[in-house]
Amino acid sequence: MSHVGLEHFLVVGAILFTLGIVCVLTRRNAVAVLIGIELILNAAGLNLIAFSRYGGQSLEGSVFVLFIIVLAAAEAAVALALILAIQRRLKTVDVDRTDSLKG
Amino acid sequence: MGENTFPLWLIPFLPLVGAFINGAFGYRLQRRFGEPVISAIGVSLPWISFILAAIGFVKLQGLPEGQAVISQLWTWVEVGEFKVDMAFAMDPLSAMMALAVTFVGSLIHIYSIGYMHKDDGYWRFFCYMNLFMFAMLTLVLADNLLLMFVGWEGVGLCSYLLIGFWYKDLNNAKAGMKAFVVNRIGDFGFLIGFFILFWSLGGEWSEAGYRTTGAFSLHFGSLPAMIDSMATKTLWGVPAPTLVGIFFFIGAAGKSAQIPLYIWLPDAMAGPTPVSALIHAATMVTAGVYMVARMNFLYVLTPTAMTVVALVGAVTALFAATIGCFQYDIKKVLAYSTVSQLGFMFIGVGVGAYWAGTYHLLTHAFFKACLFLCAGSVILAMHHEQDMRKMGGLGKPMPLTRWTYWIACVAIAGFPVASGFFSKDEILWQAFNTDALLIPGWIPWLLGFVAAGLTSFYMWRSYFMTFTGKTPEVHGHEPEEQRPAVTGVLVILAIGAILASFLGLPHLWMHIPSAIQQFLSPVFGAAANLKTAGYGHGTEWLLMIASVGVATLGLGIAWWLYRGRTSTIPERVLKTFPRIHKVVYNKYYVDEAYQATAIRGFLGLSRLSAWFDFKIVDGMVNGAGTITRAFAWIDGAIDTYIVDGIVNLVAQTVKAIGARLRRTQTGRLPTYLAGLVIGVIVLIVLTRFLSDVYG
Amino acid sequence: MPYHTTSTLLTWITFVPAIGVGVIGLLLGLKPLLKLKQGTLDRLSRLLALICSGASMVMCIALWSGFDSTNTGIQFVHHAVWIQAFNIEYFLGVDGLSITMIMLTGLICFVAVVASMPWGLPKENKEHFSRRSVPGYMAMILLLEMGMLGVFCALDFFLFYVFWEIMLLPMYFLIGIWGGPRREYAAIKFFLYTLAGSMLMLLGMIALYFASNPTTLIDGSPCAHTFNLIKLATENDFGTAGMLLGVAFPKIVWIGLFIAFAIKIPMFPFHTWLPDAHVEAPTPVSVILAGVLLKMGIYGILRICLPILPEATVWARYGIAIFGVINIVYAAFVCMAQKDLKKLIAYSSVSHMGFCLLGLAAFTSQGISGCVYQMWNHGIISPALFLITGVIYDRAHHREIEGFGGLAKQMPEYSAIVGLAFMASLGLPGLNGFISEALCLVGAFPVFTLLTVVSVLGVVITAAYYLWTIQRMFLGPLNQKYANLADLNWRERFTLYPLAAIMIILGVYPMPILHLMNQTLDELVAPLAAAVGL
Repeated sequence: MSHVGLEHFLVVGAILFTLGIVCVLTRRNAVAVLIGIELILNAAGLNLIAFSRYGGQSLEGSVFVLFIIVLAAAEAAVALALILAIQRRLKTVDVDRTDSLKG
Repeated sequence: MGENTFPLWLIPFLPLVGAFINGAFGYRLQRRFGEPVISAIGVSLPWISFILAAIGFVKLQGLPEGQAVISQLWTWVEVGEFKVDMAFAMDPLSAMMALAVTFVGSLIHIYSIGYMHKDDGYWRFFCYMNLFMFAMLTLVLADNLLLMFVGWEGVGLCSYLLIGFWYKDLNNAKAGMKAFVVNRIGDFGFLIGFFILFWSLGGEWSEAGYRTTGAFSLHFGSLPAMIDSMATKTLWGVPAPTLVGIFFFIGAAGKSAQIPLYIWLPDAMAGPTPVSALIHAATMVTAGVYMVARMNFLYVLTPTAMTVVALVGAVTALFAATIGCFQYDIKKVLAYSTVSQLGFMFIGVGVGAYWAGTYHLLTHAFFKACLFLCAGSVILAMHHEQDMRKMGGLGKPMPLTRWTYWIACVAIAGFPVASGFFSKDEILWQAFNTDALLIPGWIPWLLGFVAAGLTSFYMWRSYFMTFTGKTPEVHGHEPEEQRPAVTGVLVILAIGAILASFLGLPHLWMHIPSAIQQFLSPVFGAAANLKTAGYGHGTEWLLMIASVGVATLGLGIAWWLYRGRTSTIPERVLKTFPRIHKVVYNKYYVDEAYQATAIRGFLGLSRLSAWFDFKIVDGMVNGAGTITRAFAWIDGAIDTYIVDGIVNLVAQTVKAIGARLRRTQTGRLPTYLAGLVIGVIVLIVLTRFLSDVYG
Repeated sequence: MPYHTTSTLLTWITFVPAIGVGVIGLLLGLKPLLKLKQGTLDRLSRLLALICSGASMVMCIALWSGFDSTNTGIQFVHHAVWIQAFNIEYFLGVDGLSITMIMLTGLICFVAVVASMPWGLPKENKEHFSRRSVPGYMAMILLLEMGMLGVFCALDFFLFYVFWEIMLLPMYFLIGIWGGPRREYAAIKFFLYTLAGSMLMLLGMIALYFASNPTTLIDGSPCAHTFNLIKLATENDFGTAGMLLGVAFPKIVWIGLFIAFAIKIPMFPFHTWLPDAHVEAPTPVSVILAGVLLKMGIYGILRICLPILPEATVWARYGIAIFGVINIVYAAFVCMAQKDLKKLIAYSSVSHMGFCLLGLAAFTSQGISGCVYQMWNHGIISPALFLITGVIYDRAHHREIEGFGGLAKQMPEYSAIVGLAFMASLGLPGLNGFISEALCLVGAFPVFTLLTVVSVLGVVITAAYYLWTIQRMFLGPLNQKYANLADLNWRERFTLYPLAAIMIILGVYPMPILHLMNQTLDELVAPLAAAVGL
């Protein structure tokens, strides 16, 4: 078994990202979409931390990731609140049916 | 105030006061106090004028020959060298006229008291009559041409008012209007004559045009001395004096009813009879003669104008006499007789016998006023019937009227016992003897001679038809003699018609110049140098006898045909020549000819002008408006459909595109996310691609 | 020589009516505040109009008594710089030409205001112009008076133009609001016609301004160009100016100005606005229109064309005379065919103004004095004629000449006044119209012999149409429809009798008016006469 290198992290990140995208594009439940977004965010975070580790030995990547985690939490709170509000008003969390912004 | 001043202005002014009082308050005065108050004012003031005129006449006698009594009031119009005074002057001619006008006029005022009795417009009648006296006296006493023109038009106005006095009958009103308008046509000539006179006295033509040369005057007193300066001037190739003379004569022909402007006078008989007597016989219609006599110093300069005056006068005298022979309306007979007698006067002033023409004017004033007033008396007695065929035998119930009419007929027919003979015969003799015209003197003489015979005939015809024969009944009554206010005046005028003879007893009989000739000679000094043909006393005697002969012949024929109204010859003669009779009876259809040509042309022209104004001139204006509006409409269309259209097209395109594009906004999250992802991919690919290309 | 301020009287005369306009406006504004009733407001504005126009008239008499007729210069000068930047001055003054017109304006406006009172009208006639929107009406009349007085007083071209335009608006409203059935048409026609004239005048004015020589304003400051009419006439020679649009400068400017004035006269073929305006306008407005407004045209020619562009005036004199004669004869013929009394009188105005043109073109003392005196007389006679029309219209509610008949019996006093006014208008000697017509013709005859002969024909036709009118309206049997018409009432007497008195007095004694203008006018035409070699 060889040494775990940057490439491995990047591959994991890519897989996570792809999963997230697929989840976002295909799932109809709003909560699932949110989960997909979380996946994308984490994939990005993984990439950042990996570049930080194998890159220029600086702490900037780690700081970014910390921010992302905080922001993701906040975002999840807001998003869940919105979803709750949608559920209350439209009695559904199906993103295909919440199209009142249709042009 | 010099020696020769006298408040002459009072003579015309007093009747004006009367006119004002009666005009402004007469209606109320008449209702409150009755007719006597009106007539007291209306009659007394002309009489005071007469007394003043007599005093002025006496004063004139005390002056050296050639001077006039002057009454200078104020400067009337003064612009540049054009200066006219408000001033009155009395020289022998105007003294004679003023006396005649005030005397005859005042008498006729008295007569009117009776004639107009119980008329609603009594006050109005005296107002107009006094106004007429004012205008007529202004005319004769005016010191200059312009002031004379005030009187000249003033009498025309009064004539208009009085002819149409009974205006409720539209025919009377129309006759009045005809008189005024025809007079105005004459005044057209007068005014132009006036302008030419002013021009030729007041300035010179130069290469560049007109140049005024300063001092000149329109005063009758100073005109004769200046008149020579215009003799050399010409306008339109005609010598100025001739032009002025002819244009003035057009004015005179209008006022004095000469051919071709005589047509108004017969119609003017629509007025009350005192009006016919005063205005259309004794005074106003003689204004033209007076004016020509007044301007004698001008006419002697121009044989052409003299010839025109004499010839028109002579032709009118004969022409009107022929019509007079066939009329049945007693006033129409007298009207044509007046036209004819005015023609005689114009022969007189035309051939240069100014004093004779003026003398005939004076005698005519008496006998024609008398005739008219007699006719008025008859008409009253006949209850406003004027057709002589329905009269006859009135001599018995109305002796005073009959005999005064008889005297006046003697006078007008020319028998050497009454005034008409002396004046008419003098005119005919002077005409025969003149050599100052362009034509031989016997032409106007002959025309006048024939007219004199006809005059005698138609006057006696009217006398016999009216006063002899069987007396008719009118409304079941015998006609009655009129009240003394009427008959008294007739007697006075008849006496006047006889006494006036003594003013003009011929030279031939007395071997001294007649009184009137001597009296007037200072005014007519210019005529003394006119050429005569130089016939002797023998010829004069011969002509005189011929005149009497022709008058007797006229009397004889009238006696034969109409005395007692028993003869049927007139009827038969008329039946033999119905066409000729019809033409003459209808006054040669002159009125109809005027109606068909001048009046119709005139009205047509006016309608054409109005049409032109409304359709063409205003049409162009409205057309311009319409065109502008059409342009505006087109402009609006362009604006709406093209300019604004482009703007709207842009907006609509954008709108259409937007409508399609908005489909992309599904409102569904996945769509947007998919778009996001595709977009990112496209961006990445593009980045790669571009960095490869531009690397 | 510069004219320094010597008196403010003219300013007072001109602007006293404006004070009235202001007060009426103020009252209207404060109406809710003061809780004024409409009736009170109407009465107040009538009173104000009477006071203001009366005061103006009284001051005109003061002006007359203080005027020195032997002095041909400008008197009662009020002179100040108005708009420094454009060299515009406030310059008022009178000479022998304008004093007669100012007096006429003062008199006629007062008469018109009196004629606008509802006194003597039946109560139920609520739609009468004198009972509709009274404050506005009175304000408009006063504003109009101010404009007219200003035009006659102004000696600065720009000021002249401003007053000229001020006049236009109230007239438009007076016809358009208080007029007859076709009032909008008439008002717009009047407005557009006059406005077209004003445009030409504006262009002419600007052209003259830029062609003028440098001079100084009244306060001594130098200016490159001037609007001062006196200086334009005395310090400039436009005869030497170059070409404009291929025509000699003075000629083209003259034509522009002349057309502007000819519309106001009104001269054939620019006259058709007049009958319409007159027919639709209420009586007092017709009075002002005929009495004063028509005089502006001739006045403008005399004040501007003659002294400033003498060469062009000399060049155009035959044209003026020919158009004058066309006015006289043609309009007289048109009169004959009219059926509406007011239209007939309107056309007779056109005819009578023709005498002014003819007299003016002759450049003789008699002609020019006759011209101005004819303006004055027409300004007395035609208001009387329009008042007469108003009298019959108020009673019978129509003006068809043929529709009457025999009125002389029913209304003797009225008939007498009509007779007098008609006689004055047809030029009966002894009344004022004769003197001026005779002077015009006497003055014109030596210069335009044949034309004058033709125009005398107009005198004959005039007699015909007036007499025919009298015959159709007053003579003959009484039309029973009008058997209960009342004769003149006191208001009508109060307006008609003074005018009638003036007609008679100035006919026998015209010198008071002729004296005022003779000297000035002689001086005005002397150079022109010299130029044609007279």
